[in-house]
Amino acid sequence: MSVLVDKGTRVICQGFTGKQGTFHSEQAIAYGTNLVGGVTPGKGGETHLGRPVFDTVHDAVQETGADASMIYIPAAFAADAILEAADAGIRVVVCITEGIPVLDMLKVKAALAGSETVLIGPNCPGVITPGECKIGIMPGSIHRPGSVGIVSRSGTLTYEAVFQTTNAGLGQSTCIGIGGDPIQGLDFVACLELFEADPQTAGVILVGEIGGAAEEAAAEYIQAEMSKPVVAYIAGVTAPSGKRMGHAGAIITGGKGTAEGKYAALEQAGVATVRSPAEMGRRMAELLAG
Amino acid sequence: MNLHEYQSKGLFERYGIPVPKWRVVDALGQAIQVATDLGGGRWVVKAQVHAGGRGKAGGVVLVDSPQRVEAEAARLLGSRLVTRQSGPDGLPVDQVLVEVPTQIARELYLGALVDRAARQVVFMASAAGGMDIEEVARETPERILVTHVHPAAGLQPWQCRRLGFGLGLDPAQVKALASLMQGLYRLFTECDASLVEVNPLVVTQAGDLIALDAKINLDDNALYRHGDLEALRDAAQEDQREAEARAHELNYISLDGNIGCMVNGAGLAMATMDLVKLHGGEPANFLDVGGGTTAARVAEAFKLILSDPKVQAVLVNIFGGIVRCDLIAEGIIQAVREVHVAVPVVVRLEGTNAPAGLDMLAASKLPIETASSLREAADKVVAAARRAH
Repeated sequence: MSVLVDKGTRVICQGFTGKQGTFHSEQAIAYGTNLVGGVTPGKGGETHLGRPVFDTVHDAVQETGADASMIYIPAAFAADAILEAADAGIRVVVCITEGIPVLDMLKVKAALAGSETVLIGPNCPGVITPGECKIGIMPGSIHRPGSVGIVSRSGTLTYEAVFQTTNAGLGQSTCIGIGGDPIQGLDFVACLELFEADPQTAGVILVGEIGGAAEEAAAEYIQAEMSKPVVAYIAGVTAPSGKRMGHAGAIITGGKGTAEGKYAALEQAGVATVRSPAEMGRRMAELLAG
Repeated sequence: MNLHEYQSKGLFERYGIPVPKWRVVDALGQAIQVATDLGGGRWVVKAQVHAGGRGKAGGVVLVDSPQRVEAEAARLLGSRLVTRQSGPDGLPVDQVLVEVPTQIARELYLGALVDRAARQVVFMASAAGGMDIEEVARETPERILVTHVHPAAGLQPWQCRRLGFGLGLDPAQVKALASLMQGLYRLFTECDASLVEVNPLVVTQAGDLIALDAKINLDDNALYRHGDLEALRDAAQEDQREAEARAHELNYISLDGNIGCMVNGAGLAMATMDLVKLHGGEPANFLDVGGGTTAARVAEAFKLILSDPKVQAVLVNIFGGIVRCDLIAEGIIQAVREVHVAVPVVVRLEGTNAPAGLDMLAASKLPIETASSLREAADKVVAAARRAH
């Protein structure tokens, strides 16, 4: 078991024949992802990387039975791509694209309300179930099938958590990068719910950062609902107020969204927090060893 | 991206939001004419900088003759204004706004921003105008009225009425507020704002509503579709190194410490700063070189870090995912040779082809220390900075 995606997931790529889409589709295929085709409007009927190209997501779903999509489309067109995938009935939509205007995402969120579609991202590394399905830009080689669920707002920091749990011999059930934007699809709480219900997942590493209140919401959920151990690291203890630290969502405003506030909420909820990003894997191993 | 008050007031006028009669002055010798054109017997002269707290810093003055308007403009133009928000070096004053004073009966607060948790635009209003609204929110949250706008429905009249009556306005003023809020919402959505703030929103002695101050922040991600707004950027108000970084597609924020950091990925870059601090050092900057790191970008990043005279050691922390570490190592070697890096450099490479990259660094005979773990890297760079100190 795992969450969201596995070897049965049938994946298409939106922006399939573009530079990014091509490169990451090749990587996904090499990893063993069941990539069944892709979409580039105007190139329907062609073949790319040995897979069929479609003009619309609806065509791709009808012909291939795809149930997941990865989006490598420029920011100006990404909201449209997400909504097209949702309308076509795609179950898991992973949007890698960075730099989508926040008002576009407000409309996307409102449009997806009540829909069965799960959006991951945008501005995220994607989702991977090691050994089964890789949807995104993460390096497949550092992952190992195993017992730790990882959920993170940051890309390379996710890789740190993955690498450490691999080195600790734990491996990962599924790793979800929820993205660094202020408005995103799946949030921490939704991912924690999935991991709590997944028999393969023995514990969860949560990697947060400054800005917003998603970690505080996660703390509430963990205290109320979670039986599995959670290790949390929050990036940005040294970040100054009012400065956006790379990610659009990583900013402390009005004294809210500080790393210390998030650590306090998580610690109060009984989460095993680590102050060093080098300690995530080791702490998880300690907890799972009992 | 932030706008100046005069730019924001220009946008307010375009969206039918009442503001005092104003003109902008950007050179000596203009102010007497400007004051005469505006008319009346008293004028407010306001320094235009991207920071709050201008009044207490002497950046807002009330004067009673056109000659005094000119004198205040002459005092402010070309100076640097230091406010509680500007940082110790202050910000350059290249324009002053001259406006007709308003007869104030009440000062209110009105603002709109994106509420991340609710995933909607939220309007906030308070009868405690003119004050630091963050302080009001902290101390007396019950004095702030809020209403969320559904993106499909847009701002509804009842929402404006609710805030208006809640602020204790009379029915005619509630109507004026509704029209003003509709203008603000249209501005917010059409310009892709991330924050629009009117503090204070004034009820005049005649009973009219008027925006005495105006603050607009725009969503950087949406500027591609607003060329006219992008043209309002005032680079002089921004940190020079941060502006240069943006030109090279690097994310750079300067901090106060002495250990330069070069990292791929925003989260890992923040984590690296935290780690340096945890190991007893002080980071000099946040720098994310981005995903598609090339030798040229690494070189630009080194130049940027070293342009800060405080930097006494540099930590390079790269987790090579899709990017191969041997290519990164090549970039580092090239950069250190080209840029003549005179301070100690500690490099931690992890991920794809990391051993090959570390071997290349060792074989380069350059003064580069390598580290095989995050912990070791932090210890080494903190020690190196102490030696240099």
